[in-house]
Amino acid sequence: MKVTVGKGSCGIAAGAGEVYSMLSGAVAEAGLNCPVTVTGCIGACYLEPIVNVEYDDGQKRIYVKVDADGAAAILAALKGDASRENGYLIPNEDLSNINFQTRIALKNCGLIDPENIDEYIGAGGYKASEKCVKEMLPEQVIEEIKISGLCGRGGAGFPAWFKWNAARTSPGGIKYIICNADEGDPGAFMDRAVIEGDPHALIEGMIIAAYAIGYTGGAENSGVSSKTEGIVYVRAEYPLAIVRLENALKQARDKGMLGENIFGTDFSFDIRIKAGAGAFVCGEETALIASLEGERGMPRLKPPFPAQRGYWQKPSNINNVETYANVPWIIRNGGMAFAAIGTENAKGTKVFALTGKIAKGGLVEVPMGRTIREVVYGVGGGIKQPPVKANAQGGEVRKLKAVQMGGPSGGCIPAELLDTKIEYKTLMATGAIMGSGGMVVMDDTTCMVDMARYFLDFTCKESCGKCTHCRIGNRRMLEILDRICDGKGRDGDIELLTELAQEIKDGSLCALGQSAPNPVLTTIRYFRNEYEDHIINKKCTAHSCKPLIKYVISTEKCTGCTLCAKKCPVNTIEGELKSPHKIIQQNCIKCGKCKDVCRFNAVMAD
Amino acid sequence: MEKCNCTKRQTEKLKELNIDVGLLRPCLEKYTGVSGSLITVLQTAQDLYGYLPADLLLYISAMTGIPPAKVYGVVTFYTQFRTEPVGKHHILLCQGTACHVNGAAGIEETLREYLGVNEGEITADGMFTYSNVACLGCCSLSPVMMIGDKTYGTLTKESTVAILKQLAAKEV
Repeated sequence: MKVTVGKGSCGIAAGAGEVYSMLSGAVAEAGLNCPVTVTGCIGACYLEPIVNVEYDDGQKRIYVKVDADGAAAILAALKGDASRENGYLIPNEDLSNINFQTRIALKNCGLIDPENIDEYIGAGGYKASEKCVKEMLPEQVIEEIKISGLCGRGGAGFPAWFKWNAARTSPGGIKYIICNADEGDPGAFMDRAVIEGDPHALIEGMIIAAYAIGYTGGAENSGVSSKTEGIVYVRAEYPLAIVRLENALKQARDKGMLGENIFGTDFSFDIRIKAGAGAFVCGEETALIASLEGERGMPRLKPPFPAQRGYWQKPSNINNVETYANVPWIIRNGGMAFAAIGTENAKGTKVFALTGKIAKGGLVEVPMGRTIREVVYGVGGGIKQPPVKANAQGGEVRKLKAVQMGGPSGGCIPAELLDTKIEYKTLMATGAIMGSGGMVVMDDTTCMVDMARYFLDFTCKESCGKCTHCRIGNRRMLEILDRICDGKGRDGDIELLTELAQEIKDGSLCALGQSAPNPVLTTIRYFRNEYEDHIINKKCTAHSCKPLIKYVISTEKCTGCTLCAKKCPVNTIEGELKSPHKIIQQNCIKCGKCKDVCRFNAVMAD
Repeated sequence: MEKCNCTKRQTEKLKELNIDVGLLRPCLEKYTGVSGSLITVLQTAQDLYGYLPADLLLYISAMTGIPPAKVYGVVTFYTQFRTEPVGKHHILLCQGTACHVNGAAGIEETLREYLGVNEGEITADGMFTYSNVACLGCCSLSPVMMIGDKTYGTLTKESTVAILKQLAAKEV
């Protein structure tokens, strides 16, 4: 028997730590011969904490939403009494959601113990890097990646082999292999999940890249050891990821997979971790390099590209976590096998962080070319519905309004375009981008003007300040959006926003500035009516912009229970017991408390 | 050339702030002459003292030879660094997209009302400070906040207050 508890950041937040100590304590106390181990996030975050049990008869069972009582039920099942486990077994529907996916980057996440290198090796790990270093020429490795069609998964979607080849052919005594784990896109967490759940996949991917880019020894130059150094630039906000990666690096070193003469060859490579200090712009490769050098993370003009002159002016290759995590699989199964997945224009799979107003949020890895609808409804279970109030009639049903992809650089894709295929080009045509894979689902309570304002507020704070257009232009756009949300929008504001957006796109050096207006442009393109409602009719149909909401009590539905009047913080609700109440509008602070507490859905936002 | 007295003066000033620079010395020695290590030194210093007062920055500048303007420039560029002290429990409230859509603004309002401070300020008893931060990467549990190393998810106004009360009660 073997018990595995999912202990990623999200699992721990859901209480996996307590479940783990309960189970391991109880198992030891009962004297059961059953190791209790940890694993990373399997991606079904809405089911956390998750416990896997492998019984002696080969049966595997997955328990979900495990609490103290659930832990007791599992313990009973381990002892042979499975009577109480039913309430905690994973529903078939959820199981098929996991099976619907094609997992390459997340292959081991949630299945192996990330703190134990032997489990990774047991799952076929480090075979690919050993094969590369021992049997393949660096050029062959690059050729295999070229055949696979792997593109950078961090956002830009640039072919990985091209960067590798450029870095390989650039002269330089030492070459740097950098991993961008500065996952700054709000709403994306796949890189965290990979590092927390399968850190060795990243390490192995980097070893292969280092060999392909930097190895200059071999038969002709025997004895010439190449110089390559790896750096993982990881966000300081991911403490668990840093701990697990440090541990994994140490284990890999102990086994001879990192350090001098790895796998007993003349190839040497080691990796160190650099903790970022919190700046979204450092996701841009030249800014990341500046940050690694201890400077303010400000981008510079390209060319020269990092592959020519990067970290300390040496050839450097930067890929993101997910990109590297795909590499071992490609080498093991061949570039052709990877290229067979996906579509003509986009190969392989992509991991998405499905969040927002979604019933079953989490990480999803699907082949390229699936539609957004398949992901949102097929895996995500559609829109999360509000809890139904017991006495209320005509409860509200939420509808999907838009899906935001690509974070602050992306855009909002409206419901009518849900059948768009997930590919770099088709997404670009909608005005959004693939980005790093954030997929935030929004329902009809989300105001699209407020959403645009939210992203612009983010880019304003994160702009490094180098380019005038980005630094000042975005600020002006934010001011306009602020006033629209405040009910002070003016005629011509939409045109002004569009004009400014174009100027900012043209006048900014890096992708942050060039793409900062995208959330505004896509919301204007698909939800222009909402902007007009705000500006002309002074209405927010999503009832999200406070200055534009008016709360009213329905005289038909109100039973006169007085609850709202009692809870109103400014005592502005009048009415006799058992007769309909009324809100005195001029004093109302629009806190929405009356709507929250009403048991009869009598308070409505207008 | 006469030796400048700056470092000594800084050390004395820092003593008044209860900052023992001796703790930072091993880190400074380790990174002496290692270019590109300023951020790492600053991170270590903030871990030790909780924040980076101006005098400490001048001290680091004097010890590393990096101009004060550059040290200050780096400190103000990155959101992780702060030049003001924070409460014993530093609450990081996630402002990622998923949290925003699921009501992080309401949680911030609750924090502000319950603690009686604005973002970045310390409560009168020195217990709490809250800061808005970019995505913490626990989007499926949104809205989320992090206190110390612990992440709290699916927050409501009620659960947020309960968590704060629990933390405060532990101190008594």
